[in-house]
Amino acid sequence: MERTAIRRRLTWQVATVAEVRRETGTARTIVLDVPDWPGHLAGQHLDVRLTAPDGYRASRSYSIASAWTGETIELTVEEVPDGEVSPYLVEVLKAGDPLEIRGPVGGWFVWKPGQEGPVQLIGGGSGVVPLRSMLRAAAGSGTPMRLLYSVRRPESVIYVQDLKQLAASDDVDVRLVYTREAPAGEPRVGRIDAELIEQYAFAPEDGATTYVCGPTPFVETVADLLVAAGHDPARVRTERFG
Amino acid sequence: MSEVNYLDGNAAAGALSEVFAVDLTTATGQCNGCGQVAVFAEARLYVDAPGMVARCNGCESVLLRVVRTPDDTYLDLRGLTYLRFPNA
Amino acid sequence: MGIVSPGFTGRRGGGTDLPPGQYLTRDFPVLSAGPTPHILTDHWEFTVTTETGEKYKWDWAALMALPSEEITKDIHCVTRWSKLQTTWKGVSLDTLLADVETGADFAMAHSYGGYTTNVPLEDLLDGQSWIAYEYDGEPLDPEHGGPARLLVPHLYFWKSAKWVRGLVLSDTEDLGFWETAGYHEYGDPWKEQRYAGD
Repeated sequence: MERTAIRRRLTWQVATVAEVRRETGTARTIVLDVPDWPGHLAGQHLDVRLTAPDGYRASRSYSIASAWTGETIELTVEEVPDGEVSPYLVEVLKAGDPLEIRGPVGGWFVWKPGQEGPVQLIGGGSGVVPLRSMLRAAAGSGTPMRLLYSVRRPESVIYVQDLKQLAASDDVDVRLVYTREAPAGEPRVGRIDAELIEQYAFAPEDGATTYVCGPTPFVETVADLLVAAGHDPARVRTERFG
Repeated sequence: MSEVNYLDGNAAAGALSEVFAVDLTTATGQCNGCGQVAVFAEARLYVDAPGMVARCNGCESVLLRVVRTPDDTYLDLRGLTYLRFPNA
Repeated sequence: MGIVSPGFTGRRGGGTDLPPGQYLTRDFPVLSAGPTPHILTDHWEFTVTTETGEKYKWDWAALMALPSEEITKDIHCVTRWSKLQTTWKGVSLDTLLADVETGADFAMAHSYGGYTTNVPLEDLLDGQSWIAYEYDGEPLDPEHGGPARLLVPHLYFWKSAKWVRGLVLSDTEDLGFWETAGYHEYGDPWKEQRYAGD
């Protein structure tokens, strides 16, 4: 496994789109062939850069959705209304196209195999992407993992099949939280609050490392709730998607 | 809370990786303004600007700035009293 | 240059009569290097400090009492977007500085929140700049610099300091927030003076 602390300076490299897969009405997974990919840790991200024929450029960061298998890597992109880069990635990019990327980057919001203790994952919307990478990387390791995944409505859930599969394991618990519209039979509609955290998350004394990811306001609210509930701030890692 | 128009230090990792050989997101830094010591990943990052600005999540003073021009990269680290990295 | 991304054009429109390297935008991008200050007009103050240390102050009522102008100008951001025929309402710096005694050549604009930017004094005069408090017929939104911002449209828009709170006049040219981080000290869009040394 590569070292995350010291390494050479990174530069842009060209990947090729191997495959694209619809996840929801607004999200798509992009499978990339990257010739010199050094491998990555669950939770890391990469930067994508698009160049128009006249040289105009735009770049954005995306979390790597897959655990490193030695082959391709995957990104899952949610289309932002009126966005500049995401509509291209979700609607235009196709198999065979080149895509410039730089990475992997990020040594903080990562889960390493062999890391001690249970893992609490809390994601809002597309914040679930790096968390899914962690679930995949930890699969079969016996690490107790709980996922609290907040979405607006049932159609917004990414990785439906994946999550069902992962939840079948004794070590993994998945709990979906619907903030606007819930499926039939689901009693609760509303944002993550103190009560939900108390009910479904690991308790502070369980010594879990907690990863919170999603839009900035979501992350700030959840992180505050965790600290207020007695969780050690040093064990709460966050990543904000803006 | 009032509007939140920032990301965090994680989002600077890519841009900073072109300047540093070391991953800054796991580095701990001390803010020159208020003395708070925190992981750089938790810094407030403003990227919708003519450059990248990282601010202390305690007092909002500027920790560092990065500007990429066609020829050079300007890096201003005055807002950090120190940065501490784990050895490999 | 690296690859070209097939089918990518970015969120832009074409345009003639734009400074070099600019493109036309339909929206009004918000660029910010920090949190948006929220200043109530009750507390708002604008101070001009001359090179001798003399201070001239206006509160919101005093600003509103000054003759204002309707301004229509093109604006150009160094990040390459341009917006044509933007409409503002504000007080000309000629009006504001009419009774200020100074021999200074340079000015540093200071904003609530700590932002600074430098402009030669002569570029603030002769109908070239305003303290603007309305945009597009409405009170200026905080995310666009309200309650009042400096408006200097003939220079790149980073010079039009949002949340402006004062000008410090001086005989020497000091450099502001972006000017000390690689941006051009003057910033003429028509000469494409984006970065130091351009």
